[in-house]
Amino acid sequence: MANIENKKNNNQDSNKANALDDEQRVLVLSPGMLVTKRFLRNHLALVGLIIIVFMFSFSFIGGVLSPYGEREVFRTYETALKDYAGASINKEYQFTDAKEKEFPALAKADMILAINKDSDSFTSGDVVYTLIKETERMYRIVQLKEVGSVMTVKGITSFNQTGDVLFTDSMKEAYANAVAADGQSFEVENVTYVITKSGKMDIISLAEEVSIATTMIFHTYTKDTSLTSEFKVEAQKAIAKNQTSFEADGLTYTLEIRDQSALFYLEGKEYASASEYSIKAIASDVFLSIDFKLALEQAIRSNKTKLAFTNELGEIEQYVIERNHTQYTVKREVSTQVNNTYESPSLKHWLGTDGNGMDVMTRLMYGGRISLLIGFVVVILEIVLGILIGGVSGYFGGWMDTFCMRMVDVFNCIPSMPLYIILGAIMDFMKINPSIRIYFLCVVLGILTWPKVARMVRGQILSLREQEFMIATEATGIRTSKRIFKHLIPNVIPQIVVMATMGLGDVILLEATLSFFGLGVKYPYASWGNIVNAVNDVYVMTNFWFIWIPAGLLILITVLGFNFIGDGLRDAFDPKMKR
Amino acid sequence: MKKFVIRRLLQSIVILFFVSFIIYGIMRCMPSSYVETQARILSTKPGAKTYQEWIDQLNKAYGLDVGVLQGYIKWASKAIVGDFGDSWYWNLPVTVKFSKVIWHSFALGFASFILEIIIAIPLGILSAKKQYSKTDYAVTVLALIGISIPSFFLATLLKYVFSIKLGWFDLFGVVGRMHEQLSAIGQFLDIAKHYVLPVITLTIISMGSLMRYTRTNMLEVLNADYIRTARAKGLAEKKVINYHAFRNTLIPIITLLGSSIPNLFAGAMVTETIFQIPGIGYTSYQSMIQGDIPFTMFYIVFLAFLTLLGTIIADILYAVVDPRVRIN
Repeated sequence: MANIENKKNNNQDSNKANALDDEQRVLVLSPGMLVTKRFLRNHLALVGLIIIVFMFSFSFIGGVLSPYGEREVFRTYETALKDYAGASINKEYQFTDAKEKEFPALAKADMILAINKDSDSFTSGDVVYTLIKETERMYRIVQLKEVGSVMTVKGITSFNQTGDVLFTDSMKEAYANAVAADGQSFEVENVTYVITKSGKMDIISLAEEVSIATTMIFHTYTKDTSLTSEFKVEAQKAIAKNQTSFEADGLTYTLEIRDQSALFYLEGKEYASASEYSIKAIASDVFLSIDFKLALEQAIRSNKTKLAFTNELGEIEQYVIERNHTQYTVKREVSTQVNNTYESPSLKHWLGTDGNGMDVMTRLMYGGRISLLIGFVVVILEIVLGILIGGVSGYFGGWMDTFCMRMVDVFNCIPSMPLYIILGAIMDFMKINPSIRIYFLCVVLGILTWPKVARMVRGQILSLREQEFMIATEATGIRTSKRIFKHLIPNVIPQIVVMATMGLGDVILLEATLSFFGLGVKYPYASWGNIVNAVNDVYVMTNFWFIWIPAGLLILITVLGFNFIGDGLRDAFDPKMKR
Repeated sequence: MKKFVIRRLLQSIVILFFVSFIIYGIMRCMPSSYVETQARILSTKPGAKTYQEWIDQLNKAYGLDVGVLQGYIKWASKAIVGDFGDSWYWNLPVTVKFSKVIWHSFALGFASFILEIIIAIPLGILSAKKQYSKTDYAVTVLALIGISIPSFFLATLLKYVFSIKLGWFDLFGVVGRMHEQLSAIGQFLDIAKHYVLPVITLTIISMGSLMRYTRTNMLEVLNADYIRTARAKGLAEKKVINYHAFRNTLIPIITLLGSSIPNLFAGAMVTETIFQIPGIGYTSYQSMIQGDIPFTMFYIVFLAFLTLLGTIIADILYAVVDPRVRIN
């Protein structure tokens, strides 16, 4: 009605201003155009329209254009230093007993005392042992059996045999060499003789080997190789004598001495190594290759803190060596694949990634789809229900009206928020599939919001019913359903359009609130509300603004857009408010 | 008038019964309710009865062994004389728990109600007076932002700015850490300080609609014939606005405000939950999540009662404020 009045006014105005040309006439006569014109003149409404168009393209086109999927999880490699091996210079003596000999533990302790006192022999139990120093790190422990004495007076050496060993010429020569070199022992035909001074005499004794004490550590090339004691004894002797080959267990080994360590080859193949370093893997199931150990020793000796080692597969592994007094800890850089969570905004992820390693921007787009779709579905549902019930109740009146209106009263009185929470909790308990849950949510929201529309429609119809044009429809005998839905309802359309636009905003707000409490749209589906839900973790709220602020702003702006449009439409439909 | 009020009261009682029945039915539908959770916990204790035995015993103890209709009748017959039973989750009589928590909600609601009136009504009148001016646009946008902002987002933003960045307020709760050591005045101030952010949230969210409502009604009044008459007889614009227009604008506003007084007790579920203010909203949120039927039933019936009370107050206020209604 107001439109018509306004039209009249406009007509008069234009008559006065200028002649009625065709263009003007169209503008003046069409009520729809008038509403549109008035709507577009309202800046706020225009802004709202732009916002909503933007939101739709952001959600529906943006989701298509985004290179990522809604539930695409981004993963990244993270390098972590993990303790890998420990290394230290071995100070403990390792004993290798000779065949069928035993070197008791007590004697071991006495030996160490003797070494510290720098004496050549020690007594443990009733047995006298003699120490022969082969190298700085290797001692041979022998038991002596006197074979003879030597007197050297004025350059003449006289041998006096006391045992059952004959002095051969080669023995005498070896003795002379040893004395000349100020040595303690000499070896003839693989038998070691020890020279001990006794007054002016030198006593030569046959050394019967008990054990070898060394600080050298043997490593093997393969896991299954176990070294025999004879190998160890012979190997150490060979090292001490700087030989290039030795025999043990009937096999010939060649060796190569490098710095402080030695490598042993059997038939040209690497077999074992000996070194002053004790290197052990921290995990029991890791076998350290000799190449790695050698490389590590090299690095330790040259005081490096980093080691790049090429393993058998040709991959370069990075190690960090940390020194703690005489202990070295080797840490390995291990890269593990993890979800790329809470990454800061970058060109790749414009708004970073969320707690599940998903792209926030893309989630916002898909969330917009769900929020907008839920909004439209719910509003359509509530409008249809509202028009049906409101129209019927308003037109027929009587008991029908009373029944419908009491129903509206009951629904109006049910507090919506608690009901949603209870229904949400029920859906939680029933473990309803998240996608089905969205439909449920729409239906529940629709059922609880229609009374508003029904009440408004009924009120409008009650007043329209009494007007002349309705009497005319009755007089011409038009069907009741047609009378309601063709003649009455269209007159309510303006109010319904305004209500629906505002309702869209309300529904989006409600859906967001429910999703925020984890009762609406659920993970893995995105919705603006459940994206903001991340702030329940105060740590996320404090440190990762890019996750929750954009989502909250999008809700605000979208609802604001719908409210601007609704407001603009109301003003456009109802120009009475203009002064 | 008396007849009208009595009829409305009787109608309200019928509506209350329907509402409570619907909610009771829905609550009983919860497949895994409080009782089942309790039975599960109890049956895992050493030397305990089996789950089935426990659940039978608890169902009997809580009156759940009967059908929905009988259960409802049982509940209603007690509720009608004010006995709402004991809350399962809080282990207290429902009414005792209610009287403990309601004052937090009321204080929040009241403070924001006053602030809302102080801010929204003058701004609404201002924007109506200067329709289509920049001020009008600013107020309209402000009001619509207040309507459009999700309360949980606003609350979180406030927390982010004032609690985390500026460190002025605590993030959660209603008392500080040193609350017990403070003097009586200190304790009061401590609580008041914790109310600041929730009250701001509630005010911003609710003032938008009041602002719009004031503006619309003021515009309607300003378009009325008697305002034109007042202007025509040469009254000062100030007098036209402040005496003739404002007084008539007050009719719908007072009706609206009067009818929203019961809502001061309704509690703000979202805001209270986010700030963890132990008001009726947060308390019943927890009860609902736990499936505590007595407390939830009480809360929902209470809310429905407040809504009905609001409409009745509105109807009566119309008659009181506007003599034209009384004659009809």
